[in-house]
Amino acid sequence: MQANVGAVAAASQAQEARAQRDARQDRLFSWLLKGCALLVLACLLGAAGATLWGGRHAFGTFGWHFLFSAEWDPGTDTYGALVPVYGTIATSLIALIIAVPVSFGIAIYLSEVAPAWLRTPVASAIELLAGIPSIIYGMWGLFIFAPFFADHIKPWLTSYLGDKPDDGKLSWVAAHVPFVGKLFGSDYPFGASILTAGIVLAVMIVPFISSVMREVFQTVPSRLKESAYALGSSTWEVSWDIVLPYTRSAVIGGIFLGLGRALGETMAVTFVLGNAMKLSPSLLDPGASIASTIANQFSEAAGLQKSTLMALAFLLFVVTFIVLLIARWMLRQMAHKEGR
Amino acid sequence: MAADSLLYTRRRVVNAIALAMSTLATVIGLVFLAWILWETLRQGISALHLQLFTKITAYGEDGGLLNAMVGSFIIDLIGIVIATPIGVLAGTWLAEYASGTKLGESIRFLNDILLSAPSIVLGLFVYTIVVLPSTTLTNGSTTFSGWAGGVALALIALPVIVRTSDEMLRLVPSTLREAALSLGIPQWKLTLQILIRAARSGIITGVLLALARISGETAPLLFTAFGNNYLTFNPMDKMSSLPQVIYQYANDPGEGLHAIAWAGAFVLTMFVLLLSLASRLVLSRNKVSHD
Repeated sequence: MQANVGAVAAASQAQEARAQRDARQDRLFSWLLKGCALLVLACLLGAAGATLWGGRHAFGTFGWHFLFSAEWDPGTDTYGALVPVYGTIATSLIALIIAVPVSFGIAIYLSEVAPAWLRTPVASAIELLAGIPSIIYGMWGLFIFAPFFADHIKPWLTSYLGDKPDDGKLSWVAAHVPFVGKLFGSDYPFGASILTAGIVLAVMIVPFISSVMREVFQTVPSRLKESAYALGSSTWEVSWDIVLPYTRSAVIGGIFLGLGRALGETMAVTFVLGNAMKLSPSLLDPGASIASTIANQFSEAAGLQKSTLMALAFLLFVVTFIVLLIARWMLRQMAHKEGR
Repeated sequence: MAADSLLYTRRRVVNAIALAMSTLATVIGLVFLAWILWETLRQGISALHLQLFTKITAYGEDGGLLNAMVGSFIIDLIGIVIATPIGVLAGTWLAEYASGTKLGESIRFLNDILLSAPSIVLGLFVYTIVVLPSTTLTNGSTTFSGWAGGVALALIALPVIVRTSDEMLRLVPSTLREAALSLGIPQWKLTLQILIRAARSGIITGVLLALARISGETAPLLFTAFGNNYLTFNPMDKMSSLPQVIYQYANDPGEGLHAIAWAGAFVLTMFVLLLSLASRLVLSRNKVSHD
């Protein structure tokens, strides 16, 4: 009897000890996990903080003038952000102008037009584009697309739209429509230009935007589409008046996601942008973007120039952060609507 | 009546044009894919040579890419080895411990942003926290290093792994958790030995995708691993990597170097595409075995 009570007491003591140990280990484990998750936060804050800290000399030296100055002269140590900022925005906008309609077309084709057996293979092929490393886009852009552009597309653009045609005869468009002549006028003989970079970027972001669009188009309840078809709508009317309004916030989110990609893309742009630190109104002249400027100059820069490049990186980070924030927020709106 | 039939014709024409345009858009997308792959294949295969895998870049046009491939392997390995445990644990926290909490939701949201953050800025971040301090500590004898490159790539791999782990763990049926907890298993054992194991193939997919992503990254390596024309296995040294050598060679005026760059691009593309294929296979097998 006595021994039995002792055994029970010992057992319950052992159980107690084990429960305590388990609880302690659980606490430690959850702290470890939380620490890992907080590292994600630390990365973002760290990246912003490190570039801001690195760029403090540039911000301090140039102040607000930094954003609006097009000067870039390592000789006198004077730097302005306008050229790379303009290049980043211009290339990204060109990319969006091309990529958004194309992605929309692809998404509509894959969700409404294509026969069922063709959808998966075509969709996987388009997504394959997203998997190709950006350096490959860069090489293709530099060795294949830029020469092609210089030989076949650029002469056409300069002679029919530009204000500096080879034969000196101004086309009707260049003479009568404001700005167009300036945008397409160029006497730079090579293929590297803001427009080329914009086109290469467009090819890069099409798979991102189109896969987001396709995914959300498939979430549209079929009863909505079927009701529209039953009332006699055509496929296009269903796409434009039913599918697109229903998925609007996610579509905008997908577009912003593509924009975020385009703004921060380095390699593909560096190869085909020409890296000229000079402001030119023409889209056919070479330019520079924030990322390409950093990639080209950072390893040889010192002092104020290095700080300027850090400051540019900070600007890029903040702008892409805001763009991506909007993108994710818009996509989340859609997810909430779906009840996910 | 005439107006009606006019409207009808107009709608039909608009529909036909719109659908033709959408088909055209798809064709354009596929043409660019084929164009890029075809050129990489054509230029790459014609430049493919055995000495690509046996000689180092120090020989220039007569050399190969051995040191770049070894460097890429080591740097990618460091990146994956750092990012995998942290990423899986962080994803586990998001899925198992923090779902519904404010902090959890914010971190999930910010992780999605980190996923598409510009890699060059992450490279500068690592330059600031790894390269600069190591330069100061060793009085300049160590500056750029394979370690720094690995850390930079880890930052890029991390959000990919976090996201897939999080998503895959949330797919694990909750009956599994309840069954284990009702037997009195502590939560850490449940997480490590049951949940992560159940979501294993999904998590492996994430790691493979992350590897595919970082093995093509160039920008952050430019000011972390920097590059090295000689073969080294020591991550404390400067190290070259495949994308970085491709970048350097493609920007060089020498035609012979362009050929080597194409060959490198071909090897890199094949590697990345095979990885994403493999990750798809792992995932599709998972789907079958999961029910």
